[in-house]
Amino acid sequence: MAEESPPRARSHPPLEAPAAVDSTVVPTGEGQVAQAEPGSTFAGAESSAAAVGIRTQTQFGDLRRRFFRNKLAVLGLAVVASVFLIALLAPLLAPYDPYGQDLDDTLANPSARHWFGTDEVGRDQLSRIIYGSRIAVAIGLTSIVLALAIGVTLGAIAGYLGGAWDTVVMRIADVFFAFPFLIGAIVIILLIGRGVLPVILALAIFSWATVSRLLRSSILSIRESEYVESARSLGAGRWRIVTRHVLPNAMAPVLVFATVSVGGAIVGAAALSFLGAGVSPEVPEWGNMVAAGQPFFGYKDHLWFFPAMAVVYTVLGFVFMGDGLRDALDPRLR
Amino acid sequence: MATEDMAVGSDALARFAADDHVLLSVQDLRVHFHTDAGVVKAVDGVSWSVAPGETLGIVGESGSGKSVSAMAVMGLVPVPPGRFPSGRIMFSGRDLLKLHEEELRGIRGKDVSMIFQDPLTSLNPVFKVGHQIAEVIQVHEKLGRIPARKRAVELLAEVGIPNPRQRADEYPHQFSGGMRQRAMIAMALALDPVLLLADEPTTALDVTVQAQIMDLLVKLQEERKTAIVLITHDLGLVAAHADRVLVMYAGKVAEVGDIDNIYYEPRHAYTFGLLSSLARLDQRRSERLDPIPGQPPSLIRVPTGCPFHPRCQFATQVCRSEVPPLTPREVAVGGLHLAACHHSDEVAAAAAASAHVMPIDPGPDGASRP
Amino acid sequence: MGKYILRRLLQMILVLIGASLILFVCLFVLPGDPIGSLAGSERVRDPVVRETLEKRYNLDKPLPVQYLTYLGNVATGDLGESFRLRRPVNDVIWEKIGNTFRLALTAIVFEIIIGVIAGIVAAVFRYSFWDVLVTVAVTLTVGFATFVTGLILQQVFALKLGWLPLSGQETPLHYILPAVTLASVSTALVARLMRGTMLEVLRADYIRTAFAKGLTKRTVILKHALRNSVIPVVTFIGIDFGTLLGGALITEVIFNWNGIGSALVTAIGAQDNPMVLGIATYSVAIFVVVNLVVDTLYGFLDPRIRLQ
Repeated sequence: MAEESPPRARSHPPLEAPAAVDSTVVPTGEGQVAQAEPGSTFAGAESSAAAVGIRTQTQFGDLRRRFFRNKLAVLGLAVVASVFLIALLAPLLAPYDPYGQDLDDTLANPSARHWFGTDEVGRDQLSRIIYGSRIAVAIGLTSIVLALAIGVTLGAIAGYLGGAWDTVVMRIADVFFAFPFLIGAIVIILLIGRGVLPVILALAIFSWATVSRLLRSSILSIRESEYVESARSLGAGRWRIVTRHVLPNAMAPVLVFATVSVGGAIVGAAALSFLGAGVSPEVPEWGNMVAAGQPFFGYKDHLWFFPAMAVVYTVLGFVFMGDGLRDALDPRLR
Repeated sequence: MATEDMAVGSDALARFAADDHVLLSVQDLRVHFHTDAGVVKAVDGVSWSVAPGETLGIVGESGSGKSVSAMAVMGLVPVPPGRFPSGRIMFSGRDLLKLHEEELRGIRGKDVSMIFQDPLTSLNPVFKVGHQIAEVIQVHEKLGRIPARKRAVELLAEVGIPNPRQRADEYPHQFSGGMRQRAMIAMALALDPVLLLADEPTTALDVTVQAQIMDLLVKLQEERKTAIVLITHDLGLVAAHADRVLVMYAGKVAEVGDIDNIYYEPRHAYTFGLLSSLARLDQRRSERLDPIPGQPPSLIRVPTGCPFHPRCQFATQVCRSEVPPLTPREVAVGGLHLAACHHSDEVAAAAAASAHVMPIDPGPDGASRP
Repeated sequence: MGKYILRRLLQMILVLIGASLILFVCLFVLPGDPIGSLAGSERVRDPVVRETLEKRYNLDKPLPVQYLTYLGNVATGDLGESFRLRRPVNDVIWEKIGNTFRLALTAIVFEIIIGVIAGIVAAVFRYSFWDVLVTVAVTLTVGFATFVTGLILQQVFALKLGWLPLSGQETPLHYILPAVTLASVSTALVARLMRGTMLEVLRADYIRTAFAKGLTKRTVILKHALRNSVIPVVTFIGIDFGTLLGGALITEVIFNWNGIGSALVTAIGAQDNPMVLGIATYSVAIFVVVNLVVDTLYGFLDPRIRLQ
């Protein structure tokens, strides 16, 4: 029989499946699981979820203030906004048709006529990069929204219903975790073929599992927390508890993850294209452009350099924004 | 109790008490934390002392500065945010605040020890308990691994842990709460310090276990003549175990004196309020509890004058403008009794008249303590 | 502890079965004509080839039997045959795995040393120049995804400065750029994880107790704090190793590294399905097994898990 009063700190539960050691997971490069922020000491997403938004409900205005106080976060937001804007206004901004070939002026170095040079069939690189932002944004947003849709639903089921539902969902998630990110995406692409939609699907399929695990542990921590207990003891019904108390706080780490993941998805798409397993080769996509520049490495470097920088620029924007969002949501910093 | 033990105790004392009656003397200590939100005046002009072998209880609400004072003695206050605008902490002729880290290290764990509130989080979860106790011995006494471990096992036995040899090889999570605190006590008293700072040692424990731990401390104190500073918010705990009591409020000393006087003849409105709000065994059920209204103040914006005035029933204009000095008061019997209150006399009168502050009816043996 | 390992083992088997199902579906069920995807467009009409494949994979039998056959094949190490090379996938993997393994190992060593030290320094000297440096480096490295880092490193150090070779794997010098590229993102994450964990641990009560015992700052950090902080970091590194062993696709392509990663990429280009899926199978299997090992290790490191 326990002698002491209930322990203050929850004892840290062991990792269930080790793949995502910490909260936010970003696929980058080799399919390694990248993390945006080490939550806390031991258990995976569980404690990170506990770190974000457990005690109080976030007020939107308060959140906005805290976010905007953070200069890096604002910078990130600006970068992301610029990318969206460029994507939106691409037809107005691009000096040339991204598919337009000019066989008289192939492999031109950057000049006044072609700011970023031309490729081997004379297409203007700048225009292709500008249009590339459309692909990037489309793939990034869609795949993550899809991953969220699947992941949040399944994660909520697992977290709130618990029991058998929980086990089944988590085992399925485990199977998807077993595939190193790029390998898994490649398998899907192999099946469906190359293209924008296949890439979106492939990315979503291998991202939802992290979302649901995150949401699930978020929900688990919050369910047990004291303020839910007090709401219940005050007579709040189940539905009210879920919508007013559990969901807003549980979504917080998921939203941070989603933000950073859009960047990760863009990198993932670029990586896949670079390897020849992404969108179709003639599509103006940054990864494709880098791949096309490979044979000319060392001699026409403008071909790969500018698209690569476009990727970096975009990803950093999302990373800063995500970090800022996380800091704004962290109740410990209040 | 063996005579050797007594000899050891007095030797230690002889080494440390420059003045026979004072082991540790905190003088006008200020500990301010400089944060983004402002300066937190955690300890703001506090003085107290401990005599060899005595038990001083420091009582106060959370945020009264009681823990921080103890941390200051041990040199555990983080110094970038924390600063010491004034004060000295005199121990065996040296000012602890002026010592180098190395010198302080020599004192920590050896001459002055501290035990903390939550024994679960205060013990390192990845090291065996015996090892953690042996560690403090090895650090200060240059003992080898085996003799240190042997001593650790002995200590575990002394603090009442059964199967000490086996337990020494276990990890903290395998111990119960009470046992963990015993282990912490063993660790703290391993090198026979002359002063033990106990910061809320029983707060995290069940009530029955609390009593056992306190009994253990009392027993060890008798054997080793250790002085104990018992920091707590629990008036009952202090009543049973302290010789003198210091009441703190908002980083300042409210009142200090012998235990009987504090409890039966309070001279500070806050002390009076605390005592009045206690539920008593002999209280009639129909009597209402009388809490102190309001909240303890933020230590960044401490009220002007007497920090207690916003909540005080005796407060007047002078309380709002002038900080009351800590002055000696008249008490019936006993040692020095100081209170920092502009209306001590009124408090005295109210106390005398209050049913709450009256001593419990003494039993046939004349003992007046509950 | 035994129960813990057993549970993990069971989980691993479940996961492997699930993953193999997915791969099976990809290879045999979804492509209209599995023989087409197994044999390649050239030989698909060759009756001899058709018959061999049919027999080998039991393609005339019902699906569940096919699946079991496939599973049996995989379990015994038969991952099919590359039709481009006319050789068993297994042989190809065996040939190239050494290169991938050595590269992965080098990367992991780099990751551990640099990542852990950077993380500790950043945590212990919080807010100092070093901390800022580490934090900035981490963010930038993560933002510069592996393929960008690789290309830039190659450009600067191999091409422009000529210090290091461009590609291939003959000498130890050849290992440097690919290993650093491969390790880059992971090192950043290890550093960040180490820093974060260390900061949390340094706030813990038992650190305060350690100081109260009179231990030196060095002992407290390197013994008490570190021992608690490494646990999640070790787990992360372990998982990372599993990923890297599965094939460092991008790095191998950029540096022309003759490992299974570049074999996979070449196979994609040649539409050599058996090779792609064979290597994918291997990658998944190895990743899952390494995860199990890491989990067990985690159990050992944390006495709270190890003992009931």
